[in-house]
Amino acid sequence: MSHALEIHGLKKVYSNGFEALKGIDLSVNEGDFFALLGPNGAGKSTTIGIITSLVNKTAGRVKVFGNDLKADSMQVKRDLGVVPQEFNFNMFEPLLEIVTNQAGYYGVEPVLARQRAEESLKKLGLWDKRKEIARSLSGGMKRRLMIARALVHQPKLLILDEPTAGVDIELRRSMWQYLREVNQRGTTIILTTHYLEEAEQLCRNVAIIDHGQIIENTSIKALLGKMDRETMILELAKPQAAPLHLEGYPSTWVDSHTIEVEIYRNRGLNALFGELERQGVMVKSMRNKANRLEELFLDLVESGVKKS
Amino acid sequence: MNRLHHYRIALATIVLKEMRRFLRIWVQTVLPPMITMALYFIIFGKMIGSQIAPIDGFSYMDYIVPGLILMSVITQSYANVVSSFYGSKFQRYVEELLIAPIPLSLILIGFVSGGVARGLMVGGIVTVVASLFVDLQLHNLWVTLSILLLTSIVFSLGGFINAVYAKSFDDISIIPTFVLTPLTYLGGVFYSVSMLPGIWQDVSLLNPILYMVNAMRYGMLGISDINLWVAYGVLLAFVVALFSFSLWLLKRGVGLRG
Repeated sequence: MSHALEIHGLKKVYSNGFEALKGIDLSVNEGDFFALLGPNGAGKSTTIGIITSLVNKTAGRVKVFGNDLKADSMQVKRDLGVVPQEFNFNMFEPLLEIVTNQAGYYGVEPVLARQRAEESLKKLGLWDKRKEIARSLSGGMKRRLMIARALVHQPKLLILDEPTAGVDIELRRSMWQYLREVNQRGTTIILTTHYLEEAEQLCRNVAIIDHGQIIENTSIKALLGKMDRETMILELAKPQAAPLHLEGYPSTWVDSHTIEVEIYRNRGLNALFGELERQGVMVKSMRNKANRLEELFLDLVESGVKKS
Repeated sequence: MNRLHHYRIALATIVLKEMRRFLRIWVQTVLPPMITMALYFIIFGKMIGSQIAPIDGFSYMDYIVPGLILMSVITQSYANVVSSFYGSKFQRYVEELLIAPIPLSLILIGFVSGGVARGLMVGGIVTVVASLFVDLQLHNLWVTLSILLLTSIVFSLGGFINAVYAKSFDDISIIPTFVLTPLTYLGGVFYSVSMLPGIWQDVSLLNPILYMVNAMRYGMLGISDINLWVAYGVLLAFVVALFSFSLWLLKRGVGLRG
């Protein structure tokens, strides 16, 4: 399978001596929906900055659809669409101008640019606001504007840096749906996010970056397969006077109606429910304490911290 | 798509965007120089100028018109690019251009064209205002237009360099206040350099604006304290030097890239 993105030995040392990237290798397949995860300051935005020519690399090589960023930067730029973390449009320009201009920067003829801007704004529910200046939009609308702008020149690779930060859940889910459609139409997507549910819902493959190094690079399925335990929260039908003791299942007493139970993969759930049955405890509902990927992510990052 | 065709569209997009920007805020960009110049004509031309003897055969009012037109072109070209480029850095929408497949030289030309458009437009308006006070003269159209254009390019590039280094809005007013305005006032807009005492005539020759004002005066009135070709040489040298330096700054990513 051909690669949308190939990174080899990418290093970045800032002028203050901070080594943001310590020689990372990464590849993203064409058509993939790929998550680049990591804690704050791990090197995600620096990596994206280098790919998008906003940060100068110290060493290493970046290729986008086989074109070298250094040797053929114009072709690389043509294939990229970027939704940055921070708003970076002219707050005093009307939306239609922002999106149409973006198409113009990529050489799209004015009539077609206007047409594409209309399509893009309509798809993201912003057409009614087209004549308003960007400053008047809500936070969620500004995020959607950046997506509309990034897609107007029909890039082959779309990079989204925290695209749903600060967006309410309803809007986030509608944005997920839209991004899925974009991916299904053939656009490769790389996503960084702090909402790990988002990565789990949308992405097929994942890389976790920490302290400027890739500590995991695999499929989401394989990554979740590595989980050896999950923490579940059980809501009890009746209050319990004293903490329960569940043999083989470490548990924490939250309140008289709620307990947290750690469930190891090799033990499964049947024995737990057998034990609860034996003690006459009826469970009303059960849910994961945290998103599964989030739990795994924290384990990986924490074990990385301990090692370092 | 043909790359040249793409670049032509990209450049046109930047230039039109720049023009829309200053036209959208015309009350801040176009109106003030009209009022300022009208005041210059009333105070220096009509009220004080009527008491001053003719210079090189021209009334004082006629004598200062070319310099005043050029002064508005200088300040407006500079102001447009310095505020526009600094604004794009401040709000980070310069990134729209930096990530797009546009050569850095075209980005620079786009911003400079915006400055030139505003400079020449305001210059044109000031000329119309001037025509209300004097009978405008035109000795050589091509000299006048070429000097206006070159001067506008020089100061648009100056504004660009200022914006690259600026870290706050205060920084974009320091150069106009402490460098540009004094040099303009001492650049022979209101007097002939021959009226200065000996040493100051030589010192004035270090002021590039003196060459521009005199070349403009030649274009309109046919008189100049400076050889026209020397003035062209100075202007072209500034255009080449400032353009090269601006492009180098963009390539290095000074103030733009980490």
